[in-house]
Amino acid sequence: MEKHMPKPDEYQRMVKEASRGSKSYKTVPLAFLVGGAICAAGEGLRKLYLMAGLSPDWATAMVSVSLIAASALLTGLGVYDNIAKVGGAGTLVPITGFANAVVSPALEFRSEGMILGTGSKLFVIAGPVIAYGLAASWVYGFIFWLINR
Amino acid sequence: MAKLCGRSTYRMERPPVVLSFAAVGGSKESQGPLADRFDYLSQDDLFGADSWEKAETKMQRLALKTAMNKGGLKKGDLNVLFAGDLLNQCTGSSYGLREFMIPFLGVYGACSTMSESLLMASVFVDSGLAKRAGAITSSHFCSAERQYRFPLEYGSVRPPTAQWTATASGAVILGETGPFPRVEVRHVCAGVIEDPGITDANNMGAAMAPAAACVLKRYFQESATAPSDYDHIFTGDLGEVGSKLLYELLQRDHIDISDRHQDCGLILFDQQRQDVHAGGSGCGCSASVLCCHILPEMLAGRYKDVILAATGALLSPTMVQQGDTIPGISHLVHLHFAEKEGD
Repeated sequence: MEKHMPKPDEYQRMVKEASRGSKSYKTVPLAFLVGGAICAAGEGLRKLYLMAGLSPDWATAMVSVSLIAASALLTGLGVYDNIAKVGGAGTLVPITGFANAVVSPALEFRSEGMILGTGSKLFVIAGPVIAYGLAASWVYGFIFWLINR
Repeated sequence: MAKLCGRSTYRMERPPVVLSFAAVGGSKESQGPLADRFDYLSQDDLFGADSWEKAETKMQRLALKTAMNKGGLKKGDLNVLFAGDLLNQCTGSSYGLREFMIPFLGVYGACSTMSESLLMASVFVDSGLAKRAGAITSSHFCSAERQYRFPLEYGSVRPPTAQWTATASGAVILGETGPFPRVEVRHVCAGVIEDPGITDANNMGAAMAPAAACVLKRYFQESATAPSDYDHIFTGDLGEVGSKLLYELLQRDHIDISDRHQDCGLILFDQQRQDVHAGGSGCGCSASVLCCHILPEMLAGRYKDVILAATGALLSPTMVQQGDTIPGISHLVHLHFAEKEGD
């Protein structure tokens, strides 16, 4: 750097000052509301499935299936990312975010074909969640086995 | 032959003339402030193709074809093309321009590609290596997103410092001589890679501001001119954050450009209305602003001397994942409006 350029840490300070932060007074409540609405919808569906005569286990599983299907459909229709823009982490954290993370690369990489495109890029975002989720369940299972031996 | 002033400022001996230029844009650009100045705007961001990469190649082909038509030029009239884009292997340029059968030299300067290719074209024309040379570049929001970020339909949230890659292409054809009134390239200045240690790929303005500051400082020094010698100074796509930082960096050397500076990233889009966060970016941003705003305004006699310093973040997603930083670069072109002989 030339002589009048700031030192790296000084520049980092300048950058921090020049960069606007997210408006968390707006984004946090919106994430709460959108995420809460998704969870409320899930709970509503569970009640409906129970009323339809499904067992509690089946009803819970069907809620996940329904939310994943709805999220996949909304991703395919190009609506999900618009909701996510408002909802932020509210749409990311529930199971809907996971479905979106699988369906969006499936759509995006269609242009490279079903095998090298969609097939190989399907888990490009969700892959780490699955890999480390499985690893965590393995550790959990081991501890569970130790305790109940 | 261009004269070397200082370390990397080249003064043109026989200033190359802008013979013709054209800009092509997509749907978001058609809602922006420069919409009525584009030569062609497509509401279909696929440009009738079946993939984003093919759309970008079509866009670049269209830009060059339009510029050639506007200048009444045939393929055989051009000696060389300098072109590049953001995609791996410079796909937009090499696939987009293959059918022209014009000698092709690919360049990569990220979003600074327009001034880099103009620099090269100018030097070629001035030295007599080319009678006419083209400088073309493009960027496409969708092809850039899938290469650098996430799939389009993925619900990720962009921070306020992120910039929006323009779906646009610009082509400029330079020649040895042309009719008055005309725009000439008087000086060019090659920039050095400045790496201020930014690791946030969502804050490219901050990664590029030092490169822009350095090339401007160096140019003023080596050409023995000052900001007041220019009617307008345009930087590539520093956006809101980078522009602020540029003023601060230049202020340290008591250089003030704020009264005559505009950033291409803040001209192409309406920052508030179009939700582009810190502003536009991408090779096509400065290229289309050059062809839709800067050159037409100069030919209308509103600006006499203009600096275009397009800026590029030489970001490699792989290197950022490996914990490395984002280097920035900026090259500068000084354009002059000559109304008549000897002007």
